[in-house]
Amino acid sequence: MQELEKILDEALKQFAAIEQAAELEQVKARYLGKEGRLTVLLKGLGKLSAEERPAAGVRINQVKQSIESALQQRREALQYSQLQLKLKAEALDVTLPGRGLGCGGLHPVTRTLERIESLFHSLGFTVASGPEIESDFYNFTALNIPENHPARAMHDTFYVDQTHVLRTHTSPVQIRYMENNAPPLKIIAPGRVYRCDSDVTHSPMFHQVEGLWIDEDVNFSMLKGVLSNFMQCFFERDDLQVRFRPSFFPFTEPSAEMDIQCVQCNGKGCRVCSHTGWLEVLGSGMVHPNVLQHVNIDSEKYLGFAFGLGVERLAMLRYSVADLRLFYEGDLQFLKQFN
Amino acid sequence: MKFSENWLRSWVNPKLSSHELAHALTMAGLEVEALESVAPVFNNVVVAEVLEVLKHPNADRLNVCQVNVGEATSLSIVCGAPNVAVGIKVPCARIGAILPGDFVIKQAKVRNVDSSGMLCSASELGLVEESQGLWLLPEDAPVGMGLRQYLELDDMLFTLKLTPNRSDCLSMVGVAREVAAITGGTLNALQVNPVPPSLTETLTVDINAPEACQLYCGRIVRSVNAAAVTPSWMMRRLERGGLRSINAVVDITNYVMLELGQPLHAFDLDKLAGGITVRYARADEELALLNGQNVMLQDDMLVVADDTRLLALAGIMGGAASSVETVTRDIFLESAFFVPDAIVGKARRLTVSTDSSYRFERGVDFAATRMALERATQLLLEICGGQAGVISEVRGKLPARDPIMLRTSRVKRVLGIMLDPDQITALLQRLQFKFEQQGDDFYVTPPSYRFDLSLEVDFIEEIARIAGYDNIPAQPPQTAVMMVPQTETQRLVSRLRQILVARDYQETISYAFLDAAVERDLCANATPVALKNPISSQLAVMRSSLLGGLIGALRINLVRKQSRVRLFETGVCFTGENHVQRERFAGLCYGTQLSEQWGGVARSVDFYDVKADVEVLFAPVPLNFVASPHPASHPGRSAQILLHGQVVGWIGELHPKWLQQYGISQAVVWFEVELDVLISANVPHASEISKFPSVRRDLAVVVDENITVQSLLDAMLGSNTTYVAELALFDLYRGKGVGDGKKSLAFRVLLQDTQKTLIDSEIELSIARLTEVLQQHGAQVRI
Repeated sequence: MQELEKILDEALKQFAAIEQAAELEQVKARYLGKEGRLTVLLKGLGKLSAEERPAAGVRINQVKQSIESALQQRREALQYSQLQLKLKAEALDVTLPGRGLGCGGLHPVTRTLERIESLFHSLGFTVASGPEIESDFYNFTALNIPENHPARAMHDTFYVDQTHVLRTHTSPVQIRYMENNAPPLKIIAPGRVYRCDSDVTHSPMFHQVEGLWIDEDVNFSMLKGVLSNFMQCFFERDDLQVRFRPSFFPFTEPSAEMDIQCVQCNGKGCRVCSHTGWLEVLGSGMVHPNVLQHVNIDSEKYLGFAFGLGVERLAMLRYSVADLRLFYEGDLQFLKQFN
Repeated sequence: MKFSENWLRSWVNPKLSSHELAHALTMAGLEVEALESVAPVFNNVVVAEVLEVLKHPNADRLNVCQVNVGEATSLSIVCGAPNVAVGIKVPCARIGAILPGDFVIKQAKVRNVDSSGMLCSASELGLVEESQGLWLLPEDAPVGMGLRQYLELDDMLFTLKLTPNRSDCLSMVGVAREVAAITGGTLNALQVNPVPPSLTETLTVDINAPEACQLYCGRIVRSVNAAAVTPSWMMRRLERGGLRSINAVVDITNYVMLELGQPLHAFDLDKLAGGITVRYARADEELALLNGQNVMLQDDMLVVADDTRLLALAGIMGGAASSVETVTRDIFLESAFFVPDAIVGKARRLTVSTDSSYRFERGVDFAATRMALERATQLLLEICGGQAGVISEVRGKLPARDPIMLRTSRVKRVLGIMLDPDQITALLQRLQFKFEQQGDDFYVTPPSYRFDLSLEVDFIEEIARIAGYDNIPAQPPQTAVMMVPQTETQRLVSRLRQILVARDYQETISYAFLDAAVERDLCANATPVALKNPISSQLAVMRSSLLGGLIGALRINLVRKQSRVRLFETGVCFTGENHVQRERFAGLCYGTQLSEQWGGVARSVDFYDVKADVEVLFAPVPLNFVASPHPASHPGRSAQILLHGQVVGWIGELHPKWLQQYGISQAVVWFEVELDVLISANVPHASEISKFPSVRRDLAVVVDENITVQSLLDAMLGSNTTYVAELALFDLYRGKGVGDGKKSLAFRVLLQDTQKTLIDSEIELSIARLTEVLQQHGAQVRI
């Protein structure tokens, strides 16, 4: 029996010293193989007396189980450390940059347009559009700007031929939409417009968003409400001060120019607002009855308000762009700042 | 409209500071564009007379002057100005004076001679940028009087940015009327008493265009001294109104125009022959204008003529031949009402612009026509002397001013606030409108000076304006809430943009107009839509493709040393005589496909990279690409993009000759597609998916280079071989083992049935069929 203890002791020591899985299996054979020491002892049980045999059998089997379990433990330990080595060898420099395509971005004007569209969309406005080469009827006449009206001189118009112009505003979309749709109407018309004027503060092509809401209960007070709400949402400033001043547009009456408190200096006065504390951002008004008449909408029954805002202006204020001309150069250094 | 605040305050003097008044005007729709002081801040400067000039004992260029400043003893002042002389009157800064730039005048010794003040130039007082020598004041300047008081320098200049509808405010009386309405102040109206005629002489006035000239008043004034000096108060008001002094007669007509808004004209009576006729010009009549310009007239232009020749372009400008000069003795003074429609546009057509045409185009108060003539006569007699004749007046049918109904209920509906009839009455009274009230309704007569009040809503605006837009609350809309319909058969352009953004493209926006050469080169477009009045030749024609703009942006980025550029743009393109306008979506790539990075070999972007981008844009709808030449592209690397057999765009690699011309060193791959096709989408419709396994077989073939992959795919798909669920190319090989002029292609075939698992014989039958089709198309099957 002392031999059994010795065998167990030796086996455990040998297992613990082994570092290779294959060697472990070889050593296992020495104890549990056909000629293994325990196997030999088990075979020798038959030589023992009937009294001794059961106890010795139990004892040998106990040792056998102990060896097998030690063996299994060692196997797992070896597997584990082998895996650890492998994992260690496979470790990456996770700080190396990712590979593949990068990501581009939207133009800041598009970004602004999408923001404007989504804000008005949330109030139920849908998007309408119209041609950029426009007849002078839609661009002027139908908007209550007859030929020779001084207001035509306010628009530095590009002419394509005698009767066609590059639209000077998005307002003609109002007319086209009203011709084809019965009130109530609630649209915005984002788009490109053109004026024959080019300097630091004027681009010959720029973007406007026209808005139109025609219904039986639309009024000036609502116009103020909707547009104030829009500016506050656009600039994410609940406390943004706004003001409306009487103005003149041939296609609205009453007409109003909307100013917002300067977002650079919070109304204290700075270079951006020419030290007035206010920024002119939008023209608006109640749709002129003559305009409604042009499109056969009963101006007694329906009232409407319309507005037109300059997208570049809002983009410049929102994203602190100092020079209008940057929008149209296509310089990636500029464009990537809005990604 | 520019005017002096002091002059305005002589008409109406509200208890508001200059800035408060400016704010009140702005908030009432008369935007104050500029508000500036007439003179910078300085004090203690008086009118002085130089009594004696002696050479400075210690300096060649200096003089020691004795100066009378209206006190018992004269002052001794050292002066270096070359124009100092005995008897002149000049501004003198007294001891203690502070001049612009915080320059303090102290008792001083100049080279050992006491100097008790400083004689000033206009620039030292900050009134002009530069001046030479002392500022010589008029001989009658009162010695000792403060200069600010004498020259009324404590005054502000208002500049109004008037909207085109407010011609009534192109005069002092108009602005004053408006200020009175806005502030509730009292208007000190100008009293004009008719000048009793001392001559019975008249000119006959014949109006041949009564619809255009609805009122004409004129009178002779004889023995006028046109060389008289314009009084300084008048000169000052003219200057501060932006007009320069010409001669006394012209100054008076200009002054009355600023005062009452009525443009007047004075003719030299000696140069007239017979009576006055107002008529339309005959085509090609010529007139030499006052400003030296010779104009060729058209038959819709109104003129004033005598019996022999043209005298003036009515309401726009007088002729040179009959103009008043300083030697003029006798004049004929005209005050007329020309209707806006008769004047509008004509001056611009002749490229002249005058204060007169500016006012007549917008509308002049026809009730003040005769009064203005009386006012001018009165000033003329006062300043230039002379005897006035009887007024000849021809009065036609003047613009109607019928009462307009204004309903209290409508005011509420339009403005969204409740104003009761009493409040409306008060506002109409402040505006000095004539009206009658019937119950809750008003009948308001538009004043003769307003040309923008013809509808009820025009008066509603007036009410809102005077009540103050700020006093109308901003209310959120309260209407029935309905969802906004959204069609699923159109994709949002914003989503398409995001697809390219995710594929590393940057959006750009180019001008829609460009150089005609770009259209000719890149689009072979010899007849682009051209602008009549482009800003420059580089921006002269409308684009028919977005490619030109993209290449422009690429070139800018190359100049700025970018090595990899990937851009896209959406925008309208214009073609043909009928100005067909179609929105397109285009992109361009230059440089390596991936940005420079570790691991892997850098590879330039090629046709197939961009083709994949196009395919993803249209996915899941399959496209066809057909080799076809495009003027912008390499002839062997150019394709039409087809969708369901329709051409929807182009893809290609930029032609090497354009690369060379534009100085671009590496390949540029571009595409352009029609946006309307790109956004159309189908609502998905699910079909049954197979529960049975699919089988993959690969087919490898060798074909001649000139056989396209698409032709083989089409042939295989066209054979309608059973069980083929998917067919795609997965490998291409050229080189060793394949032979010159040939390529090896490998196709993946997935076979599947929805009803059963396929057995080998079924699979082999299908593959045999595909093999046969490939062989029929010149393919040699490998293995």
